[in-house]
Amino acid sequence: MTLAHLPIGHWARIKRVGGQGAIRRRLLDLGLTPGTQVRVEKVAPLGDPILISLRGFQLTLRKEEARHILVEPLENSAAEKNDKSKD
Amino acid sequence: MTIHIGLIGNPSAGLTTLFNQMTGGLQHNGYFSTSKVATKEGPVKGHKGVNVIEFPGTYSLSAYTLDDITTRDILLHKRPDVLINILDATNLERNLYLTLQLMELEIPMVLAFNMMDEVRKNNIHIDLPAISEILTVPVIPISASKNRGIHDLIHIALETAKKKLLPHKLDFCSGHVHTAIHAILHLIEEDARKEGLPVRFAATKVVEGDQGIIDHLKLHTPEMNIIDHIIKDMEHHLGTDREAAMADMRYEFIQDLREKTVQAQSTETLEHKRSVKIDRILTHRIFAIPIFLAIMFLVFILTFQVIGAWLSDWLALGIDWFIGEVGTYMAVNGSSPALQALVVDGVLTGIGSVLSFLPIIAVLFFFLSILEDSGYIPRVAFVMDKLLRKLGLSGRSIVPMLIGFGCSVPAVMATRSLPSKRDRQLTMALIPFMSCSAKLPIYGIFTAAFFNEHEGLIMMAIYLTGILVAIVCALIFKVTIYRGDPVPFVMVIPSYRVPAMKSVGLRMWENVKGFIKKAFTVILIATIIIWFLQSFDFGLNMVDSSEDSILATLGRAAAPIFAPLGFGEWRAATALITGLTAKEAVVSTMAVLTTAGSTGSLTGMLGEIFTPISAFSFMLFCLLYMPCVATLAAIRRELGGMHYALLVVLFQTTVAWIVSFLFYQIFSQF
Repeated sequence: MTLAHLPIGHWARIKRVGGQGAIRRRLLDLGLTPGTQVRVEKVAPLGDPILISLRGFQLTLRKEEARHILVEPLENSAAEKNDKSKD
Repeated sequence: MTIHIGLIGNPSAGLTTLFNQMTGGLQHNGYFSTSKVATKEGPVKGHKGVNVIEFPGTYSLSAYTLDDITTRDILLHKRPDVLINILDATNLERNLYLTLQLMELEIPMVLAFNMMDEVRKNNIHIDLPAISEILTVPVIPISASKNRGIHDLIHIALETAKKKLLPHKLDFCSGHVHTAIHAILHLIEEDARKEGLPVRFAATKVVEGDQGIIDHLKLHTPEMNIIDHIIKDMEHHLGTDREAAMADMRYEFIQDLREKTVQAQSTETLEHKRSVKIDRILTHRIFAIPIFLAIMFLVFILTFQVIGAWLSDWLALGIDWFIGEVGTYMAVNGSSPALQALVVDGVLTGIGSVLSFLPIIAVLFFFLSILEDSGYIPRVAFVMDKLLRKLGLSGRSIVPMLIGFGCSVPAVMATRSLPSKRDRQLTMALIPFMSCSAKLPIYGIFTAAFFNEHEGLIMMAIYLTGILVAIVCALIFKVTIYRGDPVPFVMVIPSYRVPAMKSVGLRMWENVKGFIKKAFTVILIATIIIWFLQSFDFGLNMVDSSEDSILATLGRAAAPIFAPLGFGEWRAATALITGLTAKEAVVSTMAVLTTAGSTGSLTGMLGEIFTPISAFSFMLFCLLYMPCVATLAAIRRELGGMHYALLVVLFQTTVAWIVSFLFYQIFSQF
């Protein structure tokens, strides 16, 4: 599954950052390394880009780039962490 | 010998706030001010011979934006005496990533852990001595916005500079990455020393595959082959590629460090949670765009109709009174009529007509600063990205564009944060269509003269026309010159913060100061020249009517170009030409040319030259025609060539002519 397909509010763990060139380097520099937990926060009004949370901060990127990021959804922790951030 | 302190850190870690606290807002040109990077340099308060240089915010020393590249070059080659790396202590993970790279530069450095007040409020405990010990770098807790810890920070930074204390912990690596870095380190040590590059830094960049550094090292084929072999070996063992391996290695070290030294109850701070709540409304799926438009509308109304306009009216009354008093005084004391005319009709009228707009400009910059410092603008980029992509741009371009409503020069400089050259060029070509504050006096005078009852409406029409023309031009560019794939859009969205009034005030003051300075230099000189040219003929005899003056002759030569636009009149043509020095000069020139030798006011006299239709056509032309010389110089500097600046001149003036032509020809039919 890719980050672009992760439903809003769900957590996942990054498996691999694909793509290439400067943009891939930037994503890695910003902490999207394998094993990192990310959550999709919301989608922009016009359907793209998306807003994600990781390492205690927020980042926006287009679905185009998100499609290159392979993730593994964290089914169990998703609901729990989701609730925690809502209170 | 001046000591240079380099100030560097992530965007929104508090760079500018700390710079302002250290310098009191003073800045000047110095050793590090190059035209290529948006550094600020200023003297440190209370420390003679110490300068601080603020680098643009950056996340990493790998080359992504133009800002990143130039910052890295300056760090490598000009080498400040000491670095203050400022970190947002509420978000250490991402902030320390840059720190680990800076430590490899072999420059003495200290870490300023900023926002310690928020850290305490969040019940986060950070073991500063332990971090300092592990990283072998002094760590100083500060709160830049509250002016706490700055004194200690400067003191320790200077101490570190004097003793040339380098960070000596450089091994963040383990396992296969470690092996690779060390193998390459030995291999390239001599080449790096020869090229003046820090060895450890060069080695990690070679492992990362940074082409800029690899080229710089001028490695020979046998060396390159060995390096390739080492890298392949490392990639094989780790099951990942070189870039991911290095980023992973640094973040693993940081996570380990954090586990040892930071205790927090929640991974998300109160500020973060507050931001999420605010964003439920401000970046809401349906409300986000209407809210953005409403905010811009509100800023607009407050600036042009409520606060700014009200203050400007009062200032204009004061200026008129002052000019009257000076005139009476000179008349009573028997000054020569020529001198009276120069001072009263020339200089004072010219500068006064421009200066009365000062409050509007101050209010506009006040709002722009608040929007920027609160963290709202990145949200606008997020919300508007898709629309901008349709124009061949990205959400990032919204930042320089919004700054463009203040002044095109800083807006053009802000394009350095865009990651591609194509985006930079396109954004720069469109920025001047975002009507800058210097054009305000022009609209102000003309709406007062012709559209007094619909001031707000006409202003809005002008601004929207500028945006509309920018959109149309962008669409044309997209299918002609700037074809190609959309560039990626990745942007950190910082937590909202209450803007520090001190920095908002400083920004306002800087711009107001610039405006006043311009009035008394460029505008003053232009006014005197205009007055001279309209008072004498080619035989240097003083003329009775400016109709016979040098200027009238020149203006008449240019006037036919503007005839199809409805203002083929020598005074209008002259004003447009002087407007190239600075857009306010259009108004001061008009003031000198129309009121000289008459008793009528400027607004009254405009009625003799323009009809409402031709007046609006003139405003449109002013909105769109070539930018002022300062902006052109900035564009030339950014793109490194006069030909591009000339293209901008040609392009915009043509667009302006066409739009005004169409407007005038269509509307004068009714």
